[in-house]
Amino acid sequence: MSNDVKNPAPIDRADERVTHAVGVGGAIRAFLDRVRSGDLGSLPVVVGLAVIWSVFTALNPLFVSSVNLVNLLFDSSTVGVISLGIVCILMVGEIDLSVGSVSGLASALLGMMWVNQGWPVWVTVPAVIFVGGVIGWIYSQLFNRFGMPSFVSTLAGLLAFLGLQLYVLGSSGSINLPYETGLVKFGQVLTMPHAVSYVLAALPGLFMLVAGMRRMAQRKLGGLSAGSLNALALKASAITLALELAAFYLNLSRGVPWMFCLFAGLVATMNYALTRTKWGRSMTAVGGNREAARRSGINVARIYSSAFVLCGMLAATGGVLSAARLASASQQAGTGDVNLNAIAGAVIGGTSLFGGRGSAYSALLGIIVIGSIASGLTLLDLSSSLRYMITGAVLAVAVIVDSLARRSRVSHGRA
Amino acid sequence: MSEPPHAPAASPEPVLSLRRVSKHFGAVSALTDIDLDVRAGEVVALVGDNGAGKSTLVKILAGVHPPSGGTITFNGNPVTFPNPSAALDLGIATVFQDLALCENLDVVANIYLGRELSPLRLDEVAMEKRSWQLLNELSARIPSVREVVASLSGGQRQTVAIARSLLLDPKVILLDEPTAALGVAQTAEVLELIERVRAKGLGVVMISHNMEDVRAVADRVVVLRLGRNNGVFAPDATNAELVGAITGATNNSVSRRAERRAAAQSQSGAPSHE
Repeated sequence: MSNDVKNPAPIDRADERVTHAVGVGGAIRAFLDRVRSGDLGSLPVVVGLAVIWSVFTALNPLFVSSVNLVNLLFDSSTVGVISLGIVCILMVGEIDLSVGSVSGLASALLGMMWVNQGWPVWVTVPAVIFVGGVIGWIYSQLFNRFGMPSFVSTLAGLLAFLGLQLYVLGSSGSINLPYETGLVKFGQVLTMPHAVSYVLAALPGLFMLVAGMRRMAQRKLGGLSAGSLNALALKASAITLALELAAFYLNLSRGVPWMFCLFAGLVATMNYALTRTKWGRSMTAVGGNREAARRSGINVARIYSSAFVLCGMLAATGGVLSAARLASASQQAGTGDVNLNAIAGAVIGGTSLFGGRGSAYSALLGIIVIGSIASGLTLLDLSSSLRYMITGAVLAVAVIVDSLARRSRVSHGRA
Repeated sequence: MSEPPHAPAASPEPVLSLRRVSKHFGAVSALTDIDLDVRAGEVVALVGDNGAGKSTLVKILAGVHPPSGGTITFNGNPVTFPNPSAALDLGIATVFQDLALCENLDVVANIYLGRELSPLRLDEVAMEKRSWQLLNELSARIPSVREVVASLSGGQRQTVAIARSLLLDPKVILLDEPTAALGVAQTAEVLELIERVRAKGLGVVMISHNMEDVRAVADRVVVLRLGRNNGVFAPDATNAELVGAITGATNNSVSRRAERRAAAQSQSGAPSHE
């Protein structure tokens, strides 16, 4: 059916006034044009990451050691899951400032129910995540029914759930989780066997290739332009090569953490949901133009609710993971910079604070930036005072880049 | 229903027919005893001054407001629209003045917004094909349907909004001020588009303040004044007649000049006032 003689021009290429990128070179040119007009995508974060890594490596070569990078992945995964929830809520143009407190409450509840009350872990963890969902649902009701700005309601929640966390922990102030359990091992030591890590590292590229070729075949069948197979193959093999190399390097020490695999799996699932489902389309639409979404028959209140609930559930999941990582539920859990790191991760990764723009991968990329800064500064033996200041500055730079890129997009007609 | 799709002339039976439709907001009567007929393959222009009730009438037909009284007949059956999607399901599509497009989504996503094919695994190929088909039927000039709407001109956005309203094969399409925000060339483009929609055999109701645009495409001009019918005119009615019906004043600068001209040329042209 893909006979080009019968059907010379695909129906989306009939207008000859428009230039279209062709082949590998075209794909690269199109990318450069996009960047110039302010559609930066994940470029700033990749550049930022390269700068941060070179600086820290120059200051302390241990930074890029396999051991340190494995630790980095363990640490990043906990906050990364919280950051994924922030991506969700930012997509609809709202914010949740209480994710830190919710994660702290989740770890306290985990300790209380699992260790003190003796509930089985497979009941406790879903229950704790459910509580996170309920908290998100409360925010969504405040927002939908009373028009309470999420900024205020979650700020109130920040304090309220910190209080609840302290109440749950009681006078002791912290609950230690038993070391010899699956959950704590998962959070502290469990890494993949080498063979598994190589197989998993090959999956994204393979999937990209198969899905891309299927899409090309379908488009050709439908009489649409299909794009270049070479560009696709190049992209897929570059990604596969990078991931296999990363897996090889991490396998020099402890290997790839299962916890990171969970995080990456959540990111991939969220990416699919945001880009390939009606729900994701609705999320983007609500974040871009709420009134237009409402008139298109989208149930806007339900979309907001889903975003708040997902954010709460992911924050609670992050709390469970960080409790497992630290093998304790303490008063400090979820306080300090957890909130800021989660939000900064999403924004640094390229999710817009203004709603309607972003991707699940921004949580992954952004949190690695944040984690690298924390890890590098710890290696340099700098105090947390400096760490806070530097992380704050990085967040400020990320937001400035976001605002400038947004202005440029508007003037180039790409908003 | 049995009309051929390319019927150029208006059919005798109205598709949409309003009788004595009223709308009160508290003590205010926005519309009183409005009658309106829309036939397949005709463009009805709805004109009137600010506050005449044009937008209220469109909102009633779009299902945004329920009418306070009167009957609406669609294809010969009395109907009510409790909400916007009911009107849409029936076959009445509305293009609002502000278009209601999501600028951060591409053309295909906007056309299919809220009505995506296969919700759990979006069928992008089918959606893109149908989008091109709709745009080509309108002979629209959109560079790429994968471009975000923010990169399109005002006229192109209007085109996307009209294409979106055609997605569900409506019988009647309501356009609220389709040319208000457009330049000369883009206005001409949209008027062309309206003629194509009429050629597809749809009934078109167009609200406009611009008498030039109304004369260019309308088959009938319905004047509303202070929430009441104030005459139905042919598109070649004089400005004096239209302005007189819209403002209710027979003594204004337009009518005075017309009178002077009429006096100079003795008598000419009887008003087609109903």
